[in-house]
Amino acid sequence: MNLLRSRFVQAVLVLVVAFVFFRFGIRPPAPWSVLTLYMSIVLLAVLIYVSSDSDSWREFMWPIRSTLVAPDKGLTRLVLLIVVPLLLGYYAYTQAAAKPQAPPELRAVHPAPPASLQFRGKEIQITGLDNPLRRDQAGFKKHVAAGAETYIRNCVYCHGDNLDGKGHFAYGFNPPPANFQDPGTIAMLQEAFLFWRIAKGGPGLPKESTPWNSVMPAWEDRLTEEQIWQVIMYLYDATGQQPRRWETAH
Amino acid sequence: MRRAVRRSAWAALAVVALLTLLSALPALAQDAAKEPAYRAFPLIGSRLAVWAVAQLHLNFAAFILGVPIFAVIIEAIGWRNGEAQYDWLSHELVKLTFAAFSTTALLGALLLFLFIGYYPKFWTYMTSIFFPTYGIYAALFFAETFTVYIWYYGWDWLSGPRKWIHVGLGVLSNLFGTAILLVANSWVTFMMSPAGIDDSGALKGSVWAAINNFTWMPINIHRLIANIVFGGTICAAYAAFRFLGATTDEERARYDWMGYIGNFVALSAFIVLPFAGYYLGREIYAFNQTMGITMMGGFMSWLWIIQAILIGVLFMGSNYYLWLGMERIPGSERYRRYVPMLIGILAFGFMVWATPRSMVITLDEARAMGGTHHPLLGFLGVMSAKNTAVNMMILTTFLSFVLYRRANRVSTKSWAPIGMAIQWAALGVAAAIVIFFGVYGYFVESLVRIGFSVYQVLAVLGAIFVVMAIDIPMFKGARSTGAIRWGTIAARSQYVLILLAVTFTWLMGLMGFARSGIRQHWHVYGVMRDNSVDAATPAIGYAANMITLVTIAFFLLVLFIFWLGGLGEKGRAEAHGHAAPVIAGGSGPMSGESRGGRNPLLK
Repeated sequence: MNLLRSRFVQAVLVLVVAFVFFRFGIRPPAPWSVLTLYMSIVLLAVLIYVSSDSDSWREFMWPIRSTLVAPDKGLTRLVLLIVVPLLLGYYAYTQAAAKPQAPPELRAVHPAPPASLQFRGKEIQITGLDNPLRRDQAGFKKHVAAGAETYIRNCVYCHGDNLDGKGHFAYGFNPPPANFQDPGTIAMLQEAFLFWRIAKGGPGLPKESTPWNSVMPAWEDRLTEEQIWQVIMYLYDATGQQPRRWETAH
Repeated sequence: MRRAVRRSAWAALAVVALLTLLSALPALAQDAAKEPAYRAFPLIGSRLAVWAVAQLHLNFAAFILGVPIFAVIIEAIGWRNGEAQYDWLSHELVKLTFAAFSTTALLGALLLFLFIGYYPKFWTYMTSIFFPTYGIYAALFFAETFTVYIWYYGWDWLSGPRKWIHVGLGVLSNLFGTAILLVANSWVTFMMSPAGIDDSGALKGSVWAAINNFTWMPINIHRLIANIVFGGTICAAYAAFRFLGATTDEERARYDWMGYIGNFVALSAFIVLPFAGYYLGREIYAFNQTMGITMMGGFMSWLWIIQAILIGVLFMGSNYYLWLGMERIPGSERYRRYVPMLIGILAFGFMVWATPRSMVITLDEARAMGGTHHPLLGFLGVMSAKNTAVNMMILTTFLSFVLYRRANRVSTKSWAPIGMAIQWAALGVAAAIVIFFGVYGYFVESLVRIGFSVYQVLAVLGAIFVVMAIDIPMFKGARSTGAIRWGTIAARSQYVLILLAVTFTWLMGLMGFARSGIRQHWHVYGVMRDNSVDAATPAIGYAANMITLVTIAFFLLVLFIFWLGGLGEKGRAEAHGHAAPVIAGGSGPMSGESRGGRNPLLK
């Protein structure tokens, strides 16, 4: 019980509980990069807390200082002298050892679209562009149905029949195809952005942030302008997402 | 005095050089056709040279524009209350500004040389648009310089019944300083969001249209607030530097108090800074969607995670300093129980803010997550969560400040329990509104969600207003539980003040890179292409190294100025009219208000 009153033990316990929660309490598991970030913040918070008043700080430091200088702690020091370098060495080994997979990398959330693009020789202004088929209210269902057909014929293999990025081929790609059900993908974008991405695919991605990891073909060679707009209507309709509107300039 | 005259001479020389160059610009413009578009700066290249000098110039400019804003307020408080310590502090702050003045001017002149010499075509184009503003800028610079000179040197001369003139000079120098900022911002923002020009890039009508471009006013507001924060953190770092080197209790007490005021100023302005930044971001989106996406979702998206970490450190550090400061306030023990809750909210907010939308993942992790976005943590990566986190962190920081403010005071008002209940309710309602709109944001379209941030901000500002409106009368004439023991704060708190200054300087460098980098391969976005060898936008790691080097250079220069500030005091403090007053907590006699630990800035 006395042990639990020790500031040092309390701090260690908070760190252990936080680690266990982040490592095993989040499903699917949080990536290590995020886990490291969270644990760094928890460590910072714990250190701030234990040192935010002098009594607490002295209490926290006491076992550390005692271990380092007390004459009766010689054996503990010897054990630490062996264990700590071994642990650091193991950590260094795990970081440096070759792994049979590509290293993690920073990825941009959304590539930036151009202001305009050339579609089969026709210049299309992307900025401020809305889906022209949405003006045809009466034909909405027809366009969505046509878009669904185009999707099933061309897109389903990667993006999946639930539009969640889990198509048949998805497991062969790194990164996996976009999950349209995720509120952080198409719901955050104007339809014109989708038009650009579908029309130009991976090869049409901007120069910055290269090399891009995208196997999406440039669909402008296979689909007409109308088919692309239709498939965009289908994506939003099937996922229940709303396309982002353009902000009006002041 | 001789040193000050030398400094003035340097500044005057820099201004004369600047004016000589400005007067020669039309001739330079005529010769531009014969000139190459670019020249290469030796060894490091032109871009790095301009980058380093521009960032250093901006740091010093932010300092000399930000500090006088609160220096004059502090002077006015001292004037109205008749307390010498405020007058001393204000003089101390202006002294620091004054020391940095000539360095700012010299760096500005150096930047101009670099533009004219290494980017002559670009500078000719900018001159073709903004030439009418050059004269105004120079005139404002002269006006500000001489006003600050009179403000500084006239401290004794304009004291007593003429103090109002002296305070008026301080206000005037701030007006000139702000006007300089507005003019310089028009050049920078025109490069980002050009306006008032035809298809060929020539000015269509009045230069006003080019000045009043999309991002001009948002940057004016953002920089003005950021300058105050920056000035506050640098002054607090200066105080920490002097505190750590202090040899007497009186000196330690004085610089402890100064550090507290610097941090208080920085924190007060810092609380509203994210709102100004959000407004600027929205205007960038409104000007150009591509630019907005490049900044927030494109190749610069990781920069915002770094920014979140830095701002998280600033929030944690500021709160930590307040909690450490409470140790020197008798009676504050009753508020220590709130610290775990406060730190818990801050840490959670920090985690949410720093959670990336697009995580660094291995292929195995991506497969385990079922895609590139985590199905649970992915929700924390979007703006709804970020806005909620930052607003909660602001509310928490404000609560820390309120607890600090009342640490050694007990209200004697009969209605105090009701008042406190209303205060807690105001904070609770604000938190509920912030969380409600944060969660509701996931169920509406983007444009509506962006609008929710306004309600969140209004809820937080409303709560701050209500709490302070009750707090001020509630603690008027309050019973004191003991004087603040200035100078007895733990030494680690002073390192926190230095950390805050370094972090904020680094953050300014990072945000400067973001603002400039989103133009990508354009000198003037969409109008004048960057065809130099440095046209590629550097990667974030490269930029981070560069920002670090510039930050180190800035602090080396600042350290030199701090050292000069200390050197000038030796042996003449008593002879000067601004001998440092004794602050309560040192071994000397206590001054009136400090005895009760009350601070007129907090009334």
